[in-house]
Amino acid sequence: MSNALDNSMLTLVTFIPLAGALLLVLFPRRDRDIRLFALVVSLLDFVLSLHLPVHFQRGQTAFQYEVNNLWISNPNIHYHMGVDGVSMWLVVLTTFLTPLCVLISWKSIHERVKEFFILLLVLQTALIGVFVALDLFLFYFFWEATLIPMALLIGIYGHERRVYAAVKFFLYTMVASMFMLAAILWLYAKTGTFDFVSIQTAIGNGQVQNFAGAAPWLFLAFFIAFAVKVPVFPFHTWLPDAHVEAPTAGSVLLAGVLLKMGTYGMFRFNLGLFPEQSRSNAWWIMVLALIGIVYGALVAMVQPNMKKLIAYSSISHLGFVVLGIFSFTQAGLDGATFVMLAHGVSTGALFMLAGILFERRHTYEIAEFGGLATPMPVYSTFFLFIVLASVGLPLLNGFIGEFLVLSGAFRDRAVYGVLGATGVIWSACYLLWMYQRVFFGKVTHDINLSLRDLSGREQAALWPTAVVALVMGVAPLLWLNAIDPAVQTALAPFAQFASKMVGR
Amino acid sequence: MNNATDLAQVIPQAADYVRILPEIVLAIFGMIVMVLDPLMDERRSQQTLGALALVGSLGALIATLFQSQYPGLGFWNMVRVDSFSVFFHFLVAAVTAVVILTSYEYMAVQGIRAGEYYALVLFGALGMSLMSSAVELVLIFIALEISSISTYILAGFRRRAAISSESSVKYFLLGSFATAFFLYGVALMFGATGSTSITVIGNALRSGPIPVLAFVGVALMFVGLGFKVAAAPFHIWTPDVYEGAPSPVVGFMSTAPKAAVFAVLLRIMFEADAPGRVWLIWIVAALSMTLGNLGALVQDNVKRLLAYSSIAHAGYLLVAFAALPNNGIPAAMFYTASYAAMNVGAFAVISHIGGEGERYVTLEDYEGLGRRSPLLAATLTIFLLSLIGIPITGGFFAKFYVFSAALQANLVGLVIIGVLNSAVASYYYLRLIVVMYMREAREDLPLPRIPLGLGTALAVSLAATIYLGVLPGRVLDYAARTAAEWAR
Repeated sequence: MSNALDNSMLTLVTFIPLAGALLLVLFPRRDRDIRLFALVVSLLDFVLSLHLPVHFQRGQTAFQYEVNNLWISNPNIHYHMGVDGVSMWLVVLTTFLTPLCVLISWKSIHERVKEFFILLLVLQTALIGVFVALDLFLFYFFWEATLIPMALLIGIYGHERRVYAAVKFFLYTMVASMFMLAAILWLYAKTGTFDFVSIQTAIGNGQVQNFAGAAPWLFLAFFIAFAVKVPVFPFHTWLPDAHVEAPTAGSVLLAGVLLKMGTYGMFRFNLGLFPEQSRSNAWWIMVLALIGIVYGALVAMVQPNMKKLIAYSSISHLGFVVLGIFSFTQAGLDGATFVMLAHGVSTGALFMLAGILFERRHTYEIAEFGGLATPMPVYSTFFLFIVLASVGLPLLNGFIGEFLVLSGAFRDRAVYGVLGATGVIWSACYLLWMYQRVFFGKVTHDINLSLRDLSGREQAALWPTAVVALVMGVAPLLWLNAIDPAVQTALAPFAQFASKMVGR
Repeated sequence: MNNATDLAQVIPQAADYVRILPEIVLAIFGMIVMVLDPLMDERRSQQTLGALALVGSLGALIATLFQSQYPGLGFWNMVRVDSFSVFFHFLVAAVTAVVILTSYEYMAVQGIRAGEYYALVLFGALGMSLMSSAVELVLIFIALEISSISTYILAGFRRRAAISSESSVKYFLLGSFATAFFLYGVALMFGATGSTSITVIGNALRSGPIPVLAFVGVALMFVGLGFKVAAAPFHIWTPDVYEGAPSPVVGFMSTAPKAAVFAVLLRIMFEADAPGRVWLIWIVAALSMTLGNLGALVQDNVKRLLAYSSIAHAGYLLVAFAALPNNGIPAAMFYTASYAAMNVGAFAVISHIGGEGERYVTLEDYEGLGRRSPLLAATLTIFLLSLIGIPITGGFFAKFYVFSAALQANLVGLVIIGVLNSAVASYYYLRLIVVMYMREAREDLPLPRIPLGLGTALAVSLAATIYLGVLPGRVLDYAARTAAEWAR
C-alpha cells in the first residue's frame, strides 16, 4: 500500500467536498449541471473514504492515517489528523449520507440551487473535519465551521418558521461551544500545545499545573458544548424546531451526523482527557440520558407531526449513546458507537421518507394521511423496513447497538439497564403506531389516492440505506472489529477503577 | 553654536528625513491635491484628485517598506522607526488606500464635489502614521491633533444632511475636550518624571518609587486616548457620530485612527511601563465589551449597529493590554490589523448600499440582499462572520490571541466576560445575516453595479480578512518579534 496515499487520504476525503463547492461557485446557474456535479463530487468522496476501512489495521490501537504538519507556529497549532475505529466509521457515515442528501434534494430544492449545494458540500467538509481533527484547535475550527452552513440551510431552505429555528440553532450551539473554547484555551495556556495526544499524555502524567482544581470545570465546559449538540435532556429544545423547519437534506445531516459530533466529542474528549471527572460525574449524566430516552419517547408518542416525531425519537436514541458512553464498559461503548452509526443510517432514511411524502402533500401531519399502503406500496415497504430497523428488530441495525448499550449499562448498574430497556419498548410503540396511522386502514383523504409511488431517483436514495441497515444487523462484526480496539484504548484509564470495583 | 558638531545637532540629517518619509509623501500629495483642486474643472476633477490621493497612499506604503530598512531614532529622539511603527504605518496606509477607493463611488453618488476631501484623508493618515512612530508625548499630541482635526471635518462632509453636521460638531466638541485631558496627562507626567520622552519616562518609573502624580497622569492620558478609541465609559459619542458621518469616513475613522491610538497606548502602557495599568484596563475593557454589545442588540440602523460593535471590539482589544507584554503586544497588533480589514470592508459595502443621501441604512433595507446581489451579500457575510469571530476569518484568530494572552496572564475573569460577550455579539451580527438571506427581497430598492474602485477595495479587505484567518502565522510572528525587540 502506497504510503503517500495513506498519508494524504484524510486530507483528500476532508477537502474534496470543499474543493467541489469552490468549483460550484464558478458554475453557471444551470440547475441540472449543478446537481449532477454535486452528486459526482459527493460520490467520489464516498468512494475515496472507503479506502479508510479497507486499509484500516484492525488490531492496532493507535490513530491511523495520521498527518501532522505545522500549520501556525505561534500559537503552536498543527494540522494533525488521524482516525481510530470510532471516528473512521463516522467519517464514512458522513460521506455515505451526503450523496443521498444530494439525490433527495434533486427536485425539492428548486430555488437558489447553486447556493444549496455549495452549503451542503461545505458542511460535509466541516463535519468530516470534526471527526478527523486531532488538534484541539483544528477540532474547534471545524466544530464552529459546521454551524454556518447548517444554519443557512435551515434558514434559507426551511419551512415557515425557518428563521426562528435557524437563529435558535445557531445561538444555542454557539453559546455552548464558547465554553469549550475557553477550556481549550486554558489547556493551551497550561500545556503549550493543542495536540490531543500530547495533552492527554501531559494530563495522564500529572504535568499540568493546577489541573486538579480546574479539571471539574474543564470537564463541564466540554460537556456542555457536547450536550447541547447531542442533545442531552435539558438542552434539547432547539432540536425539534431545527428538524421540523429544516429541508430534508438538512434534517438528514443534522440527525445523521451533526448530533454525533456531540457524542463523539464526549467519547474523545470528555473520556479521553478527563477520565476521573467522567467517572465521578457519570451518575447524573446517565440519569439525564435515561430521562432523555424516556422523555424523548413519550413526547414522540403524542406528536401529530411526523417530522417532529422523528426528531424526538432522535433525542431518545441519542440517550442510548450517552448511556453507553458513560457506562465505561466495553459493551456499552461498542454499542454506543454502533447506535451512532445505525441511527445515522435509519433516521437519515426516515427523514428522507418523510421528505418524500412532504414533496407530494406539503404536510407532515400524520392525520392528513392514512391507508397510504394502497397507493404507494413500494414506499410503504421501504418505510416499514426502516421503521423496523429503527425499532430494533433483531437482524437489523438498531438491535445490535441498543442491545450492547443495555448490557453495558446493566453491568454498570442494573437499574440503568432496566430503565433504558423501556426505551426500546417505547420506540416500538410510537414508531409502529405512527406507521399504522399513516399506512393502514382506509384512505381517509381522497387526495392521497392519487399519490405517486417512489420514483427511480428516490429509490436510488433509499436502497443504500436499506441494504446497509440489513448488513449492519447481520454482520455487525464488520464494524465492531474496528471499533473494539479504539474503545479498549479509551477505556484503558478506567481499568484501574474497574479493577477496584471488582476487588470490592 | 558655531562649530560643525553643534550644527549637525540642530540641522536634521538625511537619516532624519528617512524616518518620516511616509509622512512626507502623504503631506506632499495632500498639498498637491489641495492646490490642484481650485485649478481644475469641478465636474471632472474628482476622479483625478482621487487617483492622486490613491497614488499618495500607495506611495506612503512604498515609503514605509523603504523606511523599514533603516530603523532607528530621528529628529532628536522624537520619532523612532522600528518594526512596531512600520507595522502601523503599513496598516494606516493600506486602510487609507482602501477608503479612497471606496470614496470614488460614494462621492459621485452623493454629488459631493470637493477635492479637499481627499486631501483631508491624506492629512489624517499623516497624523495617524506619525502617532505610531512618535516616542515623545508632545509630538504624539501634535500627531493626534492632526489626525483628529482632519476626521472632525471629514465627519461633516455630507453638508446637505443635518445629521452629518451634528455628527461633526459633536465629534469636534467632545474630541477636543478629550485631547485636553490627554494634554493635561502629559503635563502631569512631565511633572512626575521630568521628561516627555517615553523612554526616559519608562526608565524613571522603573528605577525609583512611582510618584502619585504619575498615576494621575496615566489616568488622564488614558481618558483622552480612551475617547479616541471609543472605549466605555468614553463611548457615548460613537453611535451618533458614526450614524451621521459619511460611510467611507466611518470606515476610515473606525479603523485607522483607532489603530494609531492603540499604537500610542501600547507605547505608553508597555514601553513607558505605565503604573496601575492592569486594573484600569480591566475595568474599561469589561465595560466596553458589555456596553457595546448590549447597545448593539437593539439597533436597527446598520451604521449605529456597527458603531456599538466597534465599542465592543475596542473592549476585546483592550483585554490584550491587560496581559503580559510578550503576548499582549502581538495580540493587540494582530487584532488592530484584522479589525481594520473586516470593518473597513463592512463599511465599504454599507456605503455602496446606502445610495444617494445614505437613505438605505436600516436593517430593512438589507432584506433579501442575498437574492438580489449574492456576491455583495456573501462579502458582507464574511466580514460579519469575522466580526463574530468564526474560524477561517481574521476576527477569529484576533479574539483567540487576545483571550489566550489574557489567560496566560491569569485574567480568567476578564476572559469569561469576553467569551460571554462574544456569544451575545453573535446575535446581532447574525440578525443582519438573517435579514439578508432569509427575508423576501425588496425589489423597490435600487442596487447599482459595483464599480471597479469599490470592487478592488472589497477584494483587498476580503483577501486580508481571509488571509489573516487561514495563515495568521506571518503577521503574528512579525508582531511577536516586535514585542521581543521591546523587551530587550
